[in-house]
Amino acid sequence: MRPEGNLKRQETWEAPPEPKEHMLRLILPATEAAVRRGLASIKHGLSTDHYGPDELASLEIVLAEALNNIVEHAYADRSDGMIEIHLSQTPKGLWCTILDNGQMMPGGEPPLGRRADLNCDIADLPEGGFGWFLIRELAHELEYVRESDHNRLCFRMSIGQMA
Amino acid sequence: MKLTHQDFDDVRIVSVVENRIDAACAIQFKDEMRALSDSGPARILLDLGNVEFLDSSGLGAVVAALKAVRNGQHLELAALHPTVQRVFRLTRMDTVFTIHTSVAAAVEGIANAS
Repeated sequence: MRPEGNLKRQETWEAPPEPKEHMLRLILPATEAAVRRGLASIKHGLSTDHYGPDELASLEIVLAEALNNIVEHAYADRSDGMIEIHLSQTPKGLWCTILDNGQMMPGGEPPLGRRADLNCDIADLPEGGFGWFLIRELAHELEYVRESDHNRLCFRMSIGQMA
Repeated sequence: MKLTHQDFDDVRIVSVVENRIDAACAIQFKDEMRALSDSGPARILLDLGNVEFLDSSGLGAVVAALKAVRNGQHLELAALHPTVQRVFRLTRMDTVFTIHTSVAAAVEGIANAS
Protein backbone atom coordinates (compact mmCIF):
# COMPACT_ATOMS: atom_id res chain seq x y z
CA MET A 1 0.00 0.00 0.00
CA ARG A 2 1.25 3.46 -0.98
CA PRO A 3 1.71 5.93 1.90
CA GLU A 4 -0.70 8.73 1.26
CA GLY A 5 -1.34 12.31 1.96
CA ASN A 6 -0.45 14.91 4.45
CA LEU A 7 1.69 13.77 7.32
CA LYS A 8 1.97 17.09 9.13
CA ARG A 9 0.61 15.60 12.31
CA GLN A 10 3.06 12.74 12.33
CA GLU A 11 5.00 14.27 15.20
CA THR A 12 1.95 13.82 17.44
CA TRP A 13 1.78 10.14 16.65
CA GLU A 14 3.78 8.10 19.12
CA ALA A 15 5.17 5.11 17.26
CA PRO A 16 4.20 1.76 18.73
CA PRO A 17 7.21 -0.35 19.78
CA GLU A 18 9.40 -1.56 16.92
CA PRO A 19 7.13 -1.00 13.97
CA LYS A 20 8.56 -2.94 11.06
CA GLU A 21 6.88 -4.16 7.94
CA HIS A 22 3.11 -4.03 7.33
CA MET A 23 3.12 -0.34 7.97
CA LEU A 24 0.09 1.32 6.49
CA ARG A 25 -1.12 4.92 6.48
CA LEU A 26 -4.34 6.15 5.01
CA ILE A 27 -6.06 9.54 4.90
CA LEU A 28 -9.66 9.70 3.84
CA PRO A 29 -12.54 12.18 3.76
CA ALA A 30 -15.01 11.73 6.62
CA THR A 31 -17.93 10.30 4.64
CA GLU A 32 -19.62 6.93 4.88
CA ALA A 33 -18.74 6.14 1.27
CA ALA A 34 -15.06 6.98 1.80
CA VAL A 35 -14.99 4.85 4.96
CA ARG A 36 -16.32 1.95 2.92
CA ARG A 37 -13.60 2.43 0.31
CA GLY A 38 -10.95 2.92 3.01
CA LEU A 39 -11.87 -0.37 4.67
CA ALA A 40 -11.58 -2.12 1.31
CA SER A 41 -8.12 -0.55 0.75
CA ILE A 42 -6.94 -1.62 4.20
CA LYS A 43 -8.13 -5.19 3.71
CA HIS A 44 -6.46 -5.21 0.31
CA GLY A 45 -3.25 -3.73 1.76
CA LEU A 46 -2.94 -6.28 4.56
CA SER A 47 -1.59 -9.46 3.07
CA THR A 48 -3.65 -12.57 3.62
CA ASP A 49 -0.32 -14.33 4.21
CA HIS A 50 -0.19 -12.63 7.59
CA TYR A 51 -3.85 -12.25 8.53
CA GLY A 52 -6.53 -14.92 8.58
CA PRO A 53 -10.11 -14.24 7.42
CA ASP A 54 -11.35 -14.07 11.04
CA GLU A 55 -8.59 -11.60 11.92
CA LEU A 56 -9.41 -9.34 8.97
CA ALA A 57 -13.10 -9.57 9.91
CA SER A 58 -12.40 -8.44 13.49
CA LEU A 59 -10.29 -5.55 12.22
CA GLU A 60 -12.94 -4.48 9.71
CA ILE A 61 -15.67 -4.52 12.35
CA VAL A 62 -13.67 -2.38 14.80
CA LEU A 63 -12.39 0.07 12.17
CA ALA A 64 -15.86 0.42 10.61
CA GLU A 65 -17.37 1.30 13.98
CA ALA A 66 -14.61 3.71 14.98
CA LEU A 67 -14.55 5.47 11.58
CA ASN A 68 -18.32 5.73 11.20
CA ASN A 69 -18.54 7.17 14.72
CA ILE A 70 -16.13 9.91 13.61
CA VAL A 71 -18.23 10.61 10.49
CA GLU A 72 -21.51 10.64 12.42
CA HIS A 73 -20.46 12.31 15.67
CA ALA A 74 -17.05 14.04 15.64
CA TYR A 75 -17.81 15.62 12.24
CA ALA A 76 -21.59 15.78 12.74
CA ASP A 77 -21.62 19.52 12.04
CA ARG A 78 -19.28 19.64 9.06
CA SER A 79 -18.68 17.94 5.75
CA ASP A 80 -15.01 18.78 5.12
CA GLY A 81 -13.53 16.48 7.78
CA MET A 82 -10.57 14.21 7.19
CA ILE A 83 -9.58 11.04 9.02
CA GLU A 84 -6.04 9.68 9.27
CA ILE A 85 -5.38 6.02 10.02
CA HIS A 86 -2.07 4.40 10.97
CA LEU A 87 -1.67 0.65 11.23
CA SER A 88 1.48 -1.01 12.47
CA GLN A 89 2.18 -4.65 13.11
CA THR A 90 4.26 -5.61 16.16
CA PRO A 91 4.73 -8.97 17.90
CA LYS A 92 1.83 -8.05 20.22
CA GLY A 93 -0.58 -7.46 17.38
CA LEU A 94 -1.73 -4.76 15.00
CA TRP A 95 -1.71 -1.27 16.53
CA CYS A 96 -4.27 1.13 15.11
CA THR A 97 -4.23 4.89 15.55
CA ILE A 98 -7.07 7.03 14.22
CA LEU A 99 -6.84 10.82 14.12
CA ASP A 100 -9.54 13.37 13.38
CA ASN A 101 -10.07 17.12 13.80
CA GLY A 102 -13.69 16.88 14.80
CA GLN A 103 -15.47 17.50 18.10
CA MET A 104 -14.22 15.94 21.30
CA MET A 105 -16.03 12.82 22.49
CA PRO A 106 -18.71 13.76 25.03
CA GLY A 107 -17.07 14.18 28.44
CA GLY A 108 -13.66 13.56 26.86
CA GLU A 109 -14.14 9.81 27.24
CA PRO A 110 -15.11 7.08 24.80
CA PRO A 111 -18.48 5.46 25.58
CA LEU A 112 -18.44 2.41 27.86
CA GLY A 113 -20.22 0.33 25.22
CA ARG A 114 -22.26 -1.89 27.49
CA ARG A 115 -23.98 -4.86 25.94
CA ALA A 116 -27.55 -3.95 25.06
CA ASP A 117 -30.27 -5.55 27.18
CA LEU A 118 -32.39 -7.71 24.88
CA ASN A 119 -34.79 -9.00 27.54
CA CYS A 120 -37.64 -6.90 26.25
CA ASP A 121 -40.50 -6.92 23.77
CA ILE A 122 -39.47 -6.84 20.11
CA ALA A 123 -40.94 -3.33 19.87
CA ASP A 124 -38.45 -2.14 22.49
CA LEU A 125 -35.31 -3.69 21.00
CA PRO A 126 -32.44 -1.22 20.57
CA GLU A 127 -31.58 -0.23 16.98
CA GLY A 128 -28.27 1.39 17.90
CA GLY A 129 -25.57 1.54 20.52
CA PHE A 130 -23.88 -1.65 19.34
CA GLY A 131 -20.82 0.09 17.90
CA TRP A 132 -18.84 0.81 21.03
CA PHE A 133 -19.78 -2.55 22.48
CA LEU A 134 -18.21 -4.24 19.42
CA ILE A 135 -15.11 -2.03 19.59
CA ARG A 136 -14.53 -2.80 23.27
CA GLU A 137 -15.25 -6.48 22.75
CA LEU A 138 -12.68 -6.89 19.96
CA ALA A 139 -9.99 -4.23 20.61
CA HIS A 140 -7.40 -4.15 23.39
CA GLU A 141 -5.60 -1.36 25.29
CA LEU A 142 -7.94 1.25 23.90
CA GLU A 143 -6.88 4.81 24.60
CA TYR A 144 -8.55 8.05 23.63
CA VAL A 145 -6.83 11.42 23.92
CA ARG A 146 -8.01 14.88 23.01
CA GLU A 147 -4.91 16.81 21.87
CA SER A 148 -5.50 20.51 21.24
CA ASP A 149 -7.81 20.46 18.19
CA HIS A 150 -7.84 16.79 17.36
CA ASN A 151 -8.88 13.37 18.63
CA ARG A 152 -6.55 10.40 18.80
CA LEU A 153 -7.90 6.90 19.30
CA CYS A 154 -5.36 4.13 19.71
CA PHE A 155 -5.92 0.42 20.25
CA ARG A 156 -4.38 -2.97 19.58
CA MET A 157 -5.94 -5.85 17.70
CA SER A 158 -4.59 -9.27 18.67
CA ILE A 159 -4.06 -10.26 15.06
CA GLY A 160 -1.20 -10.92 12.67
CA GLN A 161 1.88 -12.96 13.25
CA MET A 162 2.12 -13.00 17.01
CA ALA A 163 5.42 -13.67 18.77
CA MET B 1 -29.09 -0.78 -1.89
CA LYS B 2 -30.77 -3.37 -4.01
CA LEU B 3 -33.21 -5.92 -2.65
CA THR B 4 -34.90 -8.52 -4.82
CA HIS B 5 -37.82 -10.69 -3.77
CA GLN B 6 -39.57 -13.84 -4.78
CA ASP B 7 -43.02 -14.81 -3.51
CA PHE B 8 -44.18 -18.32 -2.72
CA ASP B 9 -47.56 -19.34 -1.25
CA ASP B 10 -46.95 -18.00 2.23
CA VAL B 11 -43.40 -16.78 2.27
CA ARG B 12 -41.62 -13.87 0.62
CA ILE B 13 -37.90 -14.42 0.18
CA VAL B 14 -36.05 -11.10 0.16
CA SER B 15 -32.45 -11.21 -1.06
CA VAL B 16 -29.85 -8.52 -0.49
CA VAL B 17 -27.97 -8.09 -3.77
CA GLU B 18 -25.11 -6.02 -2.37
CA ASN B 19 -22.30 -7.52 -0.32
CA ARG B 20 -22.59 -5.27 2.71
CA ILE B 21 -25.17 -3.59 4.93
CA ASP B 22 -23.31 -0.70 6.52
CA ALA B 23 -23.67 2.90 7.60
CA ALA B 24 -23.70 4.03 3.95
CA CYS B 25 -26.85 2.07 3.09
CA ALA B 26 -28.56 1.14 6.38
CA ILE B 27 -31.41 3.68 6.10
CA GLN B 28 -32.17 2.69 2.53
CA PHE B 29 -32.15 -0.98 3.49
CA LYS B 30 -34.56 -0.27 6.37
CA ASP B 31 -36.99 1.62 4.13
CA GLU B 32 -36.94 -0.98 1.37
CA MET B 33 -37.40 -3.83 3.86
CA ARG B 34 -40.36 -2.04 5.36
CA ALA B 35 -42.04 -1.66 1.98
CA LEU B 36 -41.46 -5.35 1.22
CA SER B 37 -42.85 -6.53 4.55
CA ASP B 38 -45.85 -4.17 4.35
CA SER B 39 -46.93 -5.75 1.07
CA GLY B 40 -45.77 -9.27 1.94
CA PRO B 41 -47.33 -12.45 3.34
CA ALA B 42 -47.14 -13.66 6.96
CA ARG B 43 -43.61 -14.95 6.60
CA ILE B 44 -40.66 -12.93 5.35
CA LEU B 45 -37.33 -14.64 4.88
CA LEU B 46 -34.33 -12.34 4.54
CA ASP B 47 -31.62 -14.07 2.51
CA LEU B 48 -28.24 -12.64 3.59
CA GLY B 49 -26.22 -15.05 1.43
CA ASN B 50 -24.53 -12.21 -0.48
CA VAL B 51 -23.80 -10.08 2.58
CA GLU B 52 -20.17 -10.46 3.61
CA PHE B 53 -20.12 -7.58 6.08
CA LEU B 54 -22.59 -5.93 8.42
CA ASP B 55 -21.71 -3.16 10.87
CA SER B 56 -23.67 -1.82 13.84
CA SER B 57 -25.73 0.44 11.57
CA GLY B 58 -26.58 -2.56 9.42
CA LEU B 59 -27.48 -4.59 12.50
CA GLY B 60 -29.69 -1.74 13.70
CA ALA B 61 -31.43 -1.70 10.31
CA VAL B 62 -32.12 -5.45 10.45
CA VAL B 63 -33.53 -4.99 13.98
CA ALA B 64 -35.66 -2.11 12.69
CA ALA B 65 -36.95 -4.43 9.94
CA LEU B 66 -37.94 -6.96 12.60
CA LYS B 67 -39.76 -4.27 14.58
CA ALA B 68 -41.56 -3.03 11.47
CA VAL B 69 -43.41 -6.28 10.69
CA ARG B 70 -47.18 -6.39 11.17
CA ASN B 71 -48.91 -8.22 13.96
CA GLY B 72 -48.75 -11.93 13.11
CA GLN B 73 -46.06 -11.47 10.50
CA HIS B 74 -42.61 -13.03 11.03
CA LEU B 75 -39.18 -12.00 9.79
CA GLU B 76 -36.54 -14.74 9.67
CA LEU B 77 -32.94 -14.68 8.49
CA ALA B 78 -31.02 -17.13 6.34
CA ALA B 79 -27.48 -17.81 5.06
CA LEU B 80 -25.36 -15.62 7.34
CA HIS B 81 -21.68 -15.29 6.43
CA PRO B 82 -19.23 -15.91 9.32
CA THR B 83 -18.50 -12.20 9.86
CA VAL B 84 -22.20 -11.34 9.89
CA GLN B 85 -22.93 -14.25 12.21
CA ARG B 86 -20.17 -13.00 14.50
CA VAL B 87 -21.80 -9.58 14.87
CA PHE B 88 -25.13 -11.25 15.68
CA ARG B 89 -23.47 -13.56 18.20
CA LEU B 90 -21.38 -10.89 19.94
CA THR B 91 -24.41 -8.64 20.42
CA ARG B 92 -26.59 -11.69 21.26
CA MET B 93 -29.01 -10.68 18.51
CA ASP B 94 -28.76 -14.32 17.43
CA THR B 95 -31.09 -15.05 20.38
CA VAL B 96 -33.71 -12.62 19.07
CA PHE B 97 -33.93 -13.79 15.44
CA THR B 98 -34.83 -17.12 13.91
CA ILE B 99 -31.74 -17.87 11.84
CA HIS B 100 -31.58 -20.60 9.19
CA THR B 101 -28.33 -21.95 7.77
CA SER B 102 -29.62 -21.57 4.21
CA VAL B 103 -32.69 -20.47 2.27
CA ALA B 104 -33.20 -24.08 1.25
CA ALA B 105 -33.23 -25.18 4.90
CA ALA B 106 -35.68 -22.42 5.78
CA VAL B 107 -38.22 -23.31 3.09
CA GLU B 108 -37.73 -27.06 3.09
CA GLY B 109 -40.94 -27.70 4.99
CA ILE B 110 -42.97 -25.71 2.49
CA ALA B 111 -41.39 -27.35 -0.53
CA ASN B 112 -42.14 -30.79 0.87
CA ALA B 113 -45.69 -29.91 1.82
CA SER B 114 -46.67 -28.46 -1.55
